[in-house]
Amino acid sequence: MLTRRIQGQKGVQGIIIVNSEGIPVKTTLDNSSTVQYAGLIHQLVMKARSTVRDIDPQNDLTFLRVRSKKNEIMIAPDKDYFLIVIQNPSD
Amino acid sequence: MYSRSLLYVMLQDEEKTVEIGGGHIKGLIKPPDQLKLTEAELKEKITRVLNTQNPHAPDNIVRWTFKVKMVYLARFINAKSLTEATNLSCVFSPQTTPVEDGGEVEEAGEEDRPDSAASKTDKKEPKITNIFNSCDRATQTLHNPPREINCQTEPPPRSSFSASANQWEIYDAYVQELQKQEKNKEKQKAAPSEKDEKSQKKMMLMETQDIDLNKVSKAAKVLERMVNLNIFDEIAQDFAYYEDPADEFKFPKGTLLPLWKVKYDQAKKLSVTALCWNNKYPDLFGVGMGSYNFCKQGSGMLLFYTYKNCSFPEYIYPTSSGVLCLDIHEERTYLVAVGFYDGSVAVYNLKTEGKEPIYKSTAKTGKHTAPVWQVCWQNDDMDSNHNFYSVSSDGRVVSWTLVKNELVFTDIIRLPVIPAETEETEPAQTPLIACGTSMDFHKQIDYLFLVGTQEGKIYKCKTYSSKILETYDAHHMRVDTVKWNHFHPKVFISCSSDWTIKMWDYTINTPVLTFDLKEPIGDIAWSPYSSTVFAAVTTDGNVHVFDLNINKYEALCQQLVVDKKKAKLTHIAFNPIHPIIIVGDDRGNVNSFKLSPNLRKKPKVRTLTSFHRSISQ
Repeated sequence: MLTRRIQGQKGVQGIIIVNSEGIPVKTTLDNSSTVQYAGLIHQLVMKARSTVRDIDPQNDLTFLRVRSKKNEIMIAPDKDYFLIVIQNPSD
Repeated sequence: MYSRSLLYVMLQDEEKTVEIGGGHIKGLIKPPDQLKLTEAELKEKITRVLNTQNPHAPDNIVRWTFKVKMVYLARFINAKSLTEATNLSCVFSPQTTPVEDGGEVEEAGEEDRPDSAASKTDKKEPKITNIFNSCDRATQTLHNPPREINCQTEPPPRSSFSASANQWEIYDAYVQELQKQEKNKEKQKAAPSEKDEKSQKKMMLMETQDIDLNKVSKAAKVLERMVNLNIFDEIAQDFAYYEDPADEFKFPKGTLLPLWKVKYDQAKKLSVTALCWNNKYPDLFGVGMGSYNFCKQGSGMLLFYTYKNCSFPEYIYPTSSGVLCLDIHEERTYLVAVGFYDGSVAVYNLKTEGKEPIYKSTAKTGKHTAPVWQVCWQNDDMDSNHNFYSVSSDGRVVSWTLVKNELVFTDIIRLPVIPAETEETEPAQTPLIACGTSMDFHKQIDYLFLVGTQEGKIYKCKTYSSKILETYDAHHMRVDTVKWNHFHPKVFISCSSDWTIKMWDYTINTPVLTFDLKEPIGDIAWSPYSSTVFAAVTTDGNVHVFDLNINKYEALCQQLVVDKKKAKLTHIAFNPIHPIIIVGDDRGNVNSFKLSPNLRKKPKVRTLTSFHRSISQ
């Protein structure tokens, strides 16, 4: 239900839910893009999280935004999963 | 002798066989000049003796001496040559190696050793090998060609394992250990194992069904807010940074900048009946939805929004009857008191999962018999139970205490019976009971509160006595809202459907200031940052903001915020920290606005010292 709400917002192109091993669990995009996004972003999140926690182990990553020319990728990591939303903010 | 005897032997040999032409002729052929001896002479034995005398050596060698000038006979003859030759021929060199260090010699017979032995003897004396007696003969033994024989076993199964040990992974491991230990301690102390098993089974079921929702809810919430922030980015920027530059020229007037608009689809038909900001989380506000229409009463809703996510409410509580008022506890901001149209009151706990209130008053427990118009939280009583007050049209002001699982009520005041108007009426007439329509507690004095009634009167009362301290004849119509000033201890303001706003000093019976807005007024609110600023909403869609410090008679800002024909404004509330106000209308929309700088002027410090103290609190 939550994913439907987010999907209905303006400019949102897709949502991917990825589990802790990097395997996409739920998605609104096509298969190949999903797999690509999941694999690449998984590494990025691990790196970002590792960076934040190395500096202060009691800290943790809340979310990560990657803004590019064409769209914006927002990643919210959770304990076992992380969510990826691709939005075009200027729509 | 040697050469002679040899000759003789050779001769004798020749006598034996002679080769003439092609065959052997046996018979003796004597050479013609051979000695002819008789038989007896032939058999004669002649002994030969080897002596050192050399038969060939001359025994009459003469030599010349120049001394005497004579030839003489040399006497000494070399016969030594033979002896020397025999000496040479008799050298015998034994094969045994000379002894160097005792003990090693016994092994000398082995074949391996000669090399090492030779190398050892080289140091002392070179080994002399006799050409005649010793001969070196070497043979090459057969070398077997070297062959490799390998045997390979099956390799043990291997898997590669890699892990990283960062500072935070170590920290996580420690934290987990700590949690495990604490759990173990709890298990040892606590409950029987049966309950644990059942709850664990339930947990398992939940997990398999809702993989996505439960576990991802937190992240999804964050993401939803991010998405909304992106969409409404301009509004967020305006909220944070925009200051209307035209205010410099428009002084003293100000404007309201529209920000977010929130509405909930399922609450379209309901009107906003109550608004309240949360003190602890200044982005959260509660909206009560119900209906003011006496005839059409349906269900209501309690919604909580945050301006961080303006597309969907954070908390939704559907109610059976329309909500008329709500109040959020000052300290425990998860406790919300709600008053309904059907006269009951309820307390919701935002932290609990369910949609039901944790306390609700029923007919047995003393609920009101008429709509509850205002609820107010008060400080905890002496037993540190939470309590709140409610006022309703049935003329009662009731204090409700949350005692464990129940809501205990105490009537504080019954609003006085008002005699009928001075028109000619029949004596046998039912006395009218005053209907309380609004209530407010003094900000500094806990027990002092005001009640506004349907008839237009305002009563000042104390909570611990049922006596009314004072009555103010305020308005001609019902008093919609009564509010104490946040800073000034004596001032309060009241608004009514008779188009007026009146400001009072509680020591004086008549209003200090009156504002006639020419439209029915829905609600008023004091600002939390200044003692002289307040705002009012009217049913024609206007918001009026007054600052008495600057202009005592006119509003600084009078702005149309909703279309007059479509919606009427019902409530207004100031955010405790940010310079924004929310305005609710009867279509169920809540609009938020940012106050321009002219409307936000704080009074100078030279005024009341109590004001200064209350700001620093």
